[in-house]
Amino acid sequence: MTFDPLVIRKDFPIFERSIRDGKRLVYLDSGATSQKPVVVIEAESNFYRNHNAAAHRGAHQLAEEATEALESAREVVANFLGGAVDEIVFTKHSTEALNLLAYSIGNSPVGNRFHLQAGDEIVVSEMEHHANLIPWQQLAKRTGAVLKWFEVTPDGRLDLSNIDGVITNRTKIVALTHQSNVLGTINPLTDLVKRTHQVGAIFILDACQSVPHMPVNVGALDIDFLVFSGHKAVGPTGVGVLWGRANLLDELPPFLFGGSMIESVTMTDATWAPAPRKFEPGVPNMAQIVGLGSALNYLTAIGMQKIHNHEIAITEYAISKLQEIQDLKIVGPVDMNLRGGAVSFTLGDIHPHDLGQFLDNSGIAVRTGHHCAWPLTRKMGVPATTRASFYLYNTLADIDVLFDGVRDAQKYFG
Amino acid sequence: MQLDNLYQEVILDHYKRPQNKKLSANYDAQVHHVNPSCGDEIDLNLTITDGTISNISWDGVGCSISQASVSILTDLLIGKKIDEAYSIFDHFVALMQSKGTVSGDEAVLEDAIALAGVSKYPARIKCALLGWMAFKDASVQAQSKSKLD
Repeated sequence: MTFDPLVIRKDFPIFERSIRDGKRLVYLDSGATSQKPVVVIEAESNFYRNHNAAAHRGAHQLAEEATEALESAREVVANFLGGAVDEIVFTKHSTEALNLLAYSIGNSPVGNRFHLQAGDEIVVSEMEHHANLIPWQQLAKRTGAVLKWFEVTPDGRLDLSNIDGVITNRTKIVALTHQSNVLGTINPLTDLVKRTHQVGAIFILDACQSVPHMPVNVGALDIDFLVFSGHKAVGPTGVGVLWGRANLLDELPPFLFGGSMIESVTMTDATWAPAPRKFEPGVPNMAQIVGLGSALNYLTAIGMQKIHNHEIAITEYAISKLQEIQDLKIVGPVDMNLRGGAVSFTLGDIHPHDLGQFLDNSGIAVRTGHHCAWPLTRKMGVPATTRASFYLYNTLADIDVLFDGVRDAQKYFG
Repeated sequence: MQLDNLYQEVILDHYKRPQNKKLSANYDAQVHHVNPSCGDEIDLNLTITDGTISNISWDGVGCSISQASVSILTDLLIGKKIDEAYSIFDHFVALMQSKGTVSGDEAVLEDAIALAGVSKYPARIKCALLGWMAFKDASVQAQSKSKLD
């Protein structure tokens, strides 16, 4: 099947509407959240219409069907990532998944391999989203561990000139993003993972910006934990995924306590169900989880490599066009080596918020601000940027509209 | 164009030629406010003399709406009695929160009336209010300080 974004767009009902008095929707904000194909919307709705009951509870047919739907989705996610079914934990979003890890690690008693003490080190980078920075920063404060980080070079790459100096024998956790949500940079993981394991630490990958956009296989990457968000991968909001190696999930203590995560309970004590159940207290977001299963099936049918290739082509075109514009400065790599489909830029003295508002008036949706990565925008020496991010439904024509919009904005504010 | 309701000429003028955008050496209160959703920042110095706002100066980075709004504020409030300034403040905040249902009183708001269009863009209301909230904060601090003196 050939890849045609114009055919793909027909699967997404939102592209049938218009924006700001009849403009065509040019949606360049998939890095924030993706649009949803009709199969996902229907999967979610169908669950409520036909199968709604509390999964893993109840002795009736609907509860059986709800359980089956939930567990089928888990299998889809496991196959999508190349993990085992019991290694998939559903959370509310990837932010919760990262907090789950940080709190569970913080709860680990002496003798547990995750136990942290003063002087242990946690390694992140300057290009982390707040969701993969603050949980570790605060965990370090709570435990007396030391937070260290890889710096970012002026061209928007991780400075990996001294891996062995940053990841040391004291390192317990390395938590890095796979692809920067601001710069578009894809980080090379092989040496980082190797060094992490060499010192006996665990490697946590924030894959929010990679799993929706390229083939990602947890086995091939040899990582220990991975998180991603359903809503960035054409799935519903309200569902995130934590994947962890079975033996690590087994040793990691739970974070949230309550119903369904237990093995046995007395008035004074409790024991835990095996993973993934011990990390999933409360009735899960079943309809959304079912919708995520449908979303990943949809992406798989199209082909993750094809989606990635398409985004690379769009990004390359966008970078070459944007660079033609006077005073426009791309914040992040301009070469396509290890680079994904998020392009941030500044435009002379025109503030990103004003540019974003102007583009919106032409039907173009972009993100403006610091993109929940404030230390990174500070490091890059800009108060804020405008970001265009691409997905399977974007076309080269979208880039042309963006190009014209940016030039018109220069005339308007000039 | 619809956008012209938002970006009135007065706003772009204040953005390009901001008033009182140089922090004074002396002040009764100095505040730093940020808009965490977009990273806009403002420092504002305020001096109150005998119940009258004798000086407001500021520095900051941000979009045209946030920068113009604080520039307009300084023009409007310097020289006003503190009670009168608060009345203008309340007028302005009500206008911003009106979702476009209120046109505002130009006799009270003067150039600030040009920001009326902002109320139809919910994401920009915080931009327009950044400097005003900084002013309110500074004025409270300045007055509590003068009570202590």
